[in-house]
Amino acid sequence: MPRVVVDVVLKPEISDPQGQAVLGALGRLGHDGVRSVRQGKHFVLEVDGTPDRAELQQIAETLLANPVIEDVELRLPTD
Amino acid sequence: MTQGLSDLDTGPGRLQNRLDTVELAASTPDDEQPYAELGLKSDEYARIRDILGRRPTTAELAMYSVMWSEHCSYKSSKVHLRRFGDLPRSAALLVGIGENAGVVDVGDGYAVTFKVESHNHPSYVEPYQGAATGVGGIVRDILTMGARPVAVMDSLRFGRADAPDTARVLPGVVAGVGGYGNCLGLPNIGGELLFDACYAGNPLVNALCVGVMKHEDVRLAKAEGVGNRVILFGARTGGDGIGGVSVLASETFEAEGPAKRPSVQVGDPFTEKLLIEACLEIFAADLVTGIQDLGGAGLSCATSELASAGTGGMHIDLDTVPLRDSTLTPAEILMSESQERMCAIVEPDKVDAFLAVCRRWDVLATVIGEVTDGDRLTVDWHGERIVDVPPRTVAHEGPVYDRPMRRPADLDDLQADDPAALPRPTTPEELAAHWLAVLSSPDGADKTWVTEQYDRYVRGNTVAAGPDDAGVVRIDEETSRGIALSLDGNGRYARLDPYTGTQLNLAEAYRNVAVSGARPLAVTNCLNFGSPEEPEVMWQFAEAVRGLADACRDLGLPVTGGNVSLYNQTGDVAINPTPVIGVLGVHEDVRTRVSTGWRTAGETVLLLGVTRPEFGGSAWASVVHGHLGGRPPAVDLEAERSLGQVLAALGREGLVTSAHDLADGGLAQALAESALRHGVGARLRLDGDPFTALFSESTARAVVTTTDPEAVRATAEWAGVLVTELGTTGGGGPDAVLAVEGVAELPLAGLRAAWGATLPALFGTPEATVGSVPAGTVPTS
Amino acid sequence: MRIGVITFPGSLDDVDAVRAVRLAGAEPVALWHASHDLEDVDAVVLPGGFSYGDYLRAGAIAARAPLVQDVVDRARSGMPVLGICNGFQVLCEAGLLPGALTRNGHLHFRNRDQALRIQRADTAWTQDYEAGQRIVVPVKNGEGRYVAAPADLDRIEGEGRVAVRYLEGNPNGSMRDIAGVTSENGRVVGLMPHPEHAVEDLTGPSTDGLGFFTSVLKAVVSA
Repeated sequence: MPRVVVDVVLKPEISDPQGQAVLGALGRLGHDGVRSVRQGKHFVLEVDGTPDRAELQQIAETLLANPVIEDVELRLPTD
Repeated sequence: MTQGLSDLDTGPGRLQNRLDTVELAASTPDDEQPYAELGLKSDEYARIRDILGRRPTTAELAMYSVMWSEHCSYKSSKVHLRRFGDLPRSAALLVGIGENAGVVDVGDGYAVTFKVESHNHPSYVEPYQGAATGVGGIVRDILTMGARPVAVMDSLRFGRADAPDTARVLPGVVAGVGGYGNCLGLPNIGGELLFDACYAGNPLVNALCVGVMKHEDVRLAKAEGVGNRVILFGARTGGDGIGGVSVLASETFEAEGPAKRPSVQVGDPFTEKLLIEACLEIFAADLVTGIQDLGGAGLSCATSELASAGTGGMHIDLDTVPLRDSTLTPAEILMSESQERMCAIVEPDKVDAFLAVCRRWDVLATVIGEVTDGDRLTVDWHGERIVDVPPRTVAHEGPVYDRPMRRPADLDDLQADDPAALPRPTTPEELAAHWLAVLSSPDGADKTWVTEQYDRYVRGNTVAAGPDDAGVVRIDEETSRGIALSLDGNGRYARLDPYTGTQLNLAEAYRNVAVSGARPLAVTNCLNFGSPEEPEVMWQFAEAVRGLADACRDLGLPVTGGNVSLYNQTGDVAINPTPVIGVLGVHEDVRTRVSTGWRTAGETVLLLGVTRPEFGGSAWASVVHGHLGGRPPAVDLEAERSLGQVLAALGREGLVTSAHDLADGGLAQALAESALRHGVGARLRLDGDPFTALFSESTARAVVTTTDPEAVRATAEWAGVLVTELGTTGGGGPDAVLAVEGVAELPLAGLRAAWGATLPALFGTPEATVGSVPAGTVPTS
Repeated sequence: MRIGVITFPGSLDDVDAVRAVRLAGAEPVALWHASHDLEDVDAVVLPGGFSYGDYLRAGAIAARAPLVQDVVDRARSGMPVLGICNGFQVLCEAGLLPGALTRNGHLHFRNRDQALRIQRADTAWTQDYEAGQRIVVPVKNGEGRYVAAPADLDRIEGEGRVAVRYLEGNPNGSMRDIAGVTSENGRVVGLMPHPEHAVEDLTGPSTDGLGFFTSVLKAVVSA
């Protein structure tokens, strides 16, 4: 069954306290080379038949993400 | 250990193995079985063979092993707990020990059920989920009785506050208690947070839930009526905490090692919320004849307990159980501790209505079996019989041990090490410094860091919550009838003398309920101890039970139920014996409740009760000298009862404006907390030795404020309670001080800074200003 | 005067909203999320809680409930709608109000008695207050940090859409101390703090919250 991956991340202009907390922890653990952390969500969808990119884009933008603050990135098996 | 089972057992996906049926077990009596790995002793295994007249099947072995574990069978504690059942029958007790939780009559046709349960080991392994599922489990216990859960409390103990592992465990536990309870919509109305090195590696996470119903709505866990259906509803069954019950409760961590750590149960509070609403609708429509929640030992426990408490016969088709993980074997399904599941007994003509309610709430519900004639519990897997047992032998007739007991060898030396010999503060500067030290110690410090993470308001009936001495909840908006609850323990007292120490814990919880103006009505408990296989621990346990039973008899209070958590030790070192005692009280009218803080200047501050030089196990000795020795304060239950009657009368008649009990940290702690609550100071004078007055932990005492000291004096003296005038409350504002003549002038601002800074300094300051505009630049729209 | 209170799976403060409506002198009407029937109510409250566990995003799944689509339609034609906490999150997710609510800046759930300033005393839900009035009501949330892109924030501010602001400390890191916003026509208000928990002296820190529920009585009459 084809698997479609949708990554949802906060828009760059929206601050991300969870990512900041991870970054802080990395600093305390001595990983000074990490400059930035943005935390997001990763969805894996199993779909029947050939995935319809337009339909999946709509699913991603209208339910999986909140377009006010989040961006989506869609990955189909053909990508 | 589940590995051992999987090798023998089979399920979908493991077809190369054979299914261990009853028939096979009868024909292969000599097959070796991994009973020892499952925590059964050889004589226990022999008894199972004796009961069945053959070797048990793998599924039966799984059931017996979990149900005969310490956690489920209370095999070491049962002989002692009988003392609670022997207490005189209380008219207020509607349902007593033995059910999921006791039920108490609180008047006007209302009944209240409440219980504390431990989730200590799971919270050490995975703090967030361990604590969260602890809350979930106790809430289901209360729901099972037919009650709507209305509030939770938590009693938490960790290792030293500055220990690295405490920084790992505590934030997760607090977030877990909050995360689950908040999402469930239950206000958290109080509890405890204490630290002691003895809890490093064995944190105590005890959660209480209280529920309310009408008398006629009480439900019991029993399966009756041949042909009635057995319905499993709630979450799907997965591989959570398989074997957790027997492994976690029967061995210490060191013996077990990390490799055998069982999988952690994961909580889903949203599903539990739906389960609550569905159950209450099902109860209201009278759709069940019996109900049981699935907790430790999962289906093994629920089916055997329901059948055992009923007529005895039940059949289950195990392959109908909805699974989250299709590779689970039958034995694993029987042992799974997946959360948010319940089991109901439903008459056939009510099944459709039952399933309809579940559908409305999106709750998965499946008929998995029925009540049968006879007295056997049978379980089939795809038509083949894998369990055929008398359920009483699984659920209620497990092994009972009267384990050897010995008074701890070090107790005489410990009791002889009297804190009277410790250097005492003599100058005003030293007294003030010790006062601040006790107040800002992790045990004495402001607990807002924790309580801010809990929703105290949801449901809109919370009349009082921490830092008030007792949580107070309104249960009827028309009449303002309500209840008060307090949960208290003191491991130091119990270490010095478990009999007296346990009575002191009861006395404190009783007093806390009484200072709110409530009439104490019933007692529950959670008894946290080390390994019962250590005679010295067993002696502590027996003494604690004896002390609690004797004190309850003296106070005329029933013990409605309780929970025992043993094996709280790392290696040879057990925790301090820690009985945590819950007392429930009733308010005829919650509008007359009394709260702890001072609000107004010019009121008279009075001390009720007698102060003696008693410092054994005190906060002062512990904080200032790191000392634990001597004898705990004397118990005087008659004085507690008199004080309680006085406080109830004062509350009812509106004669006091605040009341605060005296406990850990004595008068010093109580005065500071009363002043800091609303930022109102006082000018006070202490008679006699100021050190004793401030730091003694003599019992049966409270501080009250009043505008009518003569009326208070008359009421108290009529009941034989000593009244001592301490002084007058003073002004609030930035210059407020707590002043004690000849001892200290403590500005409240400084006191608050010391008191409030401790927990944030240890566990982090929630930075609240991310993204906000600096003061003064806020745009006005 | 009939005021509906919608219960979603996972709603928690619905009983409290019902009580507040009753204490304000209106008739509370319990509405079930799955129905398509607003039962001729004059106004609607979306209560606090964790609808659908807030497992996707707070309020996201509830915002797609059939009844919420009806609420959106009726709101656009002027029916007063109040979203409290999770209800505010639902209204933002449904596009009725601007911005979004995200995880608190300090990453903790926080429950405290919070001082607020009423910025707009001319909405359907705030007209019983004075502009600039300070009130104290409980706040309790884990995902209450109000955010929007800076340009959107400027627009929201410019249009006077900020209804309530945090005073004396921001409990969750909300941008520009925004505690609640309103629709352009002032009929829809959403806020993270819980006015329904400040309606009785016995159980709340004040009775300051009652004004939200008495305001709407006049708003409906005058509409």
